[in-house]
Amino acid sequence: MNMQTYAFDKTHIIQIPLEKAMTTENLQVFYGDNHAMHDASLEFPRYRITALIGASGSGKSTYLRCLNRMNDRIATVKGKIMYRGTDINSDHINVYEVRKHISMVFQRPNPFAKSIRENITFALKRNGIKDKAELNKRVEESLKAAALWDEVKDDLDKSALALSGGQAQRLCIARCVAMKPDILLLDEPASALDPISTAKIEETLQQLRKNYSIIIVTHNMQQASRIADYTAFFHMGHVLEYDETEKIFTNPEIKATEDYISGNFG
Amino acid sequence: MDEIKKNLQSSSKATHQDYFGKTITYICIAFVGLLVISILYFITTRGLATFTENHVSLWKFLSGKNWNPGMLDKHGQPQIGALPMIVTSFSVTVLAAVVATPFAIGVALFMTEIAPEKGTKILQPVIELLVGIPSVVYGFIGLSVIVPLIRHSFGGTGFGILAGTLVLFVMVLPTITSLSVDSIKAVPMFYRSASLALGATRWQTIYKVVLRAATPGILTAIIFGMSRAFGEALAVQMVIGNAVLMPHGLLTPSSTLTSQLTTGIGNTTMGTLPNNALWSLALILLLMSLVFNILVRFIGKKGSLKK
Amino acid sequence: MNPKTSDQLATGVIYALVAAVIGILIFLLGYILMTGIPHISGHFLTSAAQSFRAGGGVRDQLFNSLYLLVLTLIISFPIALGSGIYLSEYAPENWVTSLIRTSVEVLSSLPSVVVGLFGYLLFVIRFGMGFSILAGAIALTFFNLPLLTRSIEESLQDVSELQREAGLSLGLSRWKTITGIVLPAAVPGILTGIILSAGRVFGEAAALIYTAGQSAPTVNYGDWNPMDSASFLNPMRPAETLAVHIWKLNTEGVTPDAAQISSGASAVLIVVILLFNLMARLLGNWMYKKMTATR
Repeated sequence: MNMQTYAFDKTHIIQIPLEKAMTTENLQVFYGDNHAMHDASLEFPRYRITALIGASGSGKSTYLRCLNRMNDRIATVKGKIMYRGTDINSDHINVYEVRKHISMVFQRPNPFAKSIRENITFALKRNGIKDKAELNKRVEESLKAAALWDEVKDDLDKSALALSGGQAQRLCIARCVAMKPDILLLDEPASALDPISTAKIEETLQQLRKNYSIIIVTHNMQQASRIADYTAFFHMGHVLEYDETEKIFTNPEIKATEDYISGNFG
Repeated sequence: MDEIKKNLQSSSKATHQDYFGKTITYICIAFVGLLVISILYFITTRGLATFTENHVSLWKFLSGKNWNPGMLDKHGQPQIGALPMIVTSFSVTVLAAVVATPFAIGVALFMTEIAPEKGTKILQPVIELLVGIPSVVYGFIGLSVIVPLIRHSFGGTGFGILAGTLVLFVMVLPTITSLSVDSIKAVPMFYRSASLALGATRWQTIYKVVLRAATPGILTAIIFGMSRAFGEALAVQMVIGNAVLMPHGLLTPSSTLTSQLTTGIGNTTMGTLPNNALWSLALILLLMSLVFNILVRFIGKKGSLKK
Repeated sequence: MNPKTSDQLATGVIYALVAAVIGILIFLLGYILMTGIPHISGHFLTSAAQSFRAGGGVRDQLFNSLYLLVLTLIISFPIALGSGIYLSEYAPENWVTSLIRTSVEVLSSLPSVVVGLFGYLLFVIRFGMGFSILAGAIALTFFNLPLLTRSIEESLQDVSELQREAGLSLGLSRWKTITGIVLPAAVPGILTGIILSAGRVFGEAAALIYTAGQSAPTVNYGDWNPMDSASFLNPMRPAETLAVHIWKLNTEGVTPDAAQISSGASAVLIVVILLFNLMARLLGNWMYKKMTATR
């Protein structure tokens, strides 16, 4: 492996000229003694797609999981995560409320062992929505938003475990969307899928972008360049560059970014 | 906007649910912990009464050969020597483990090395059924088949350590087998491939590589089996003969700690010396069970193979 | 001896050992069923036991065994479930947890006679319950708890971590995620664990002789009031179970046909336990298929 060492002190991180969905200030993550993420300060624009790219182990997924406190039991997270004027990384924060606003889709599709309909209504019901008509409306809306409705509308009461990988992943997206969150976090949502399913997911994301702020981790650079408005490049626990996607892919400021996107490292 | 900010900082139904759920499970596990503590506490205090209240010397208790708690010996001391039962208990336990181990390892090797698929399909249910048979049924078969068989072959009454050993051997077989299977399965595949690639035969590979690597696990399995044998009460009680005598061989009736406990507790009055003496036997059982536990842990820590 | 011969020899020895073990099982089951089943009849299952005359049945013992089993499961399941959830979902990685795990292990390796004697000491004597079904059920609970707890913990652990993340990321509380998502997914494993533990409880005797007692008083099967002393449901009456009955007949019995009754009772015991095992297997498979049903 030809692993060049790059300077971590030379970074290029822009500030976003748009309304912000959330920001992090000096976010650091520790797994025990292992310092997995160093001082990440990023701003995420509202109603845009931001991609986090980098080699595996670069810390991008670790970072993403901090944003809705999914690392709580696994790692120590220091620094600020600002959302709507509140630091949601502080102790007295109700993490369950946080996750209602900032929802996450994971790398491997993880539908519940329930029917397709229940996959979507389960969390809604637990949040006090009992009205059947409203629930049905949400099921239809969210499945349409995830471009899955046409494929499953006749099978809503069948087990979600029978769906194909791509369908299951879109169901997971629909499940999040049904909660009407503010921000969607996606952790390599297409990495376990075939190209056709991947294309469908990307299409879905483009649609969702109108109403949601999306932050997506991907190791697929073409994917980032196709869908993202902004892109951040992670390397060994550091954010080295953050800029408009086009800028990152055509004229990166940092040597490491350039090497990574041109396939010259790792 | 402000409402969201407020919600983010205050508790909600979800946090209350979490407190509620956590509390319930904490209570349950605290109950289990309390239970273990009270078992240890009650058996220990009752078991020590023989020495604290009746002032029997511990050494006399452990080394004495006469068990007759109601009677005094010529020095005016109560006759509570537990040695015959301790010896018998250890004899049946060790013998049962010695007999069972080759069978267990043979079956385990068959299930892992020789015919993994077919072997597991046939032998897994065999092991489960052997576990499933209740100990009184083992005792009953021991009493109606093994005891007469020993009587006809070797003379005597048929009751004794040999009969106990044979019954216990079958009872600990599934325990030792299934744990051995686990430990042999845990030996990495490349150990075998490496050995076979060097031209070793299957048996050489099994004997020199697989069994070597699985030794700590197999030892643990044997100790678990011994722990089960040592604590088994009724099956042994039915075939051992229940005479509190120093065993003179495998064929004379004798008595284990457990068998003496099961026969005796009902015939003595709480708080009297004969009763206290029985609780002291129970304490030995408890302590031995802890010792087996510690041994397992010790071997587990020393074992080279990690799961 | 050259390596080839020793290889063949060793293989032969292993085959012989395996054959012996299978032979032992076949003999055990064959013996019990062959000698026992001829004694099982409607009369045997529906009439009361006799002490001094031949021809007694096992009606009360069979009922007592089942009643004790049900009571034991009612008491032990909730506690085991809570403890299993604690160990699998909440337990932090620290010394308290490892102490608790050790306690559970110690409890599971205690001889059942010691557990029974503890029940005798605390419930029968100290709490003045006397020999009673309730004391028996409590003793069996102690005996059953560690195994059931562990099987529930394992079933919960088998549910993918992804399922928990999915629930949590939707803003559900941990508790709702566990009870609503993880637990339902673990049901097949938990059920199998319960049924297998039921088999063990059904055949247990050592923990019962000094808790549930060794006598089966005549009870009135028409009296459905558990508070009545004559009612078959009264949990405070002594109750000899099938397993204890077999033991009693063979150690201090004066019943002339003790051997026949023991065979019959053993066969009943084995058949019930075989049914439990079979049920556990079938139910587990069925539920698994149902949950992962393809369309």
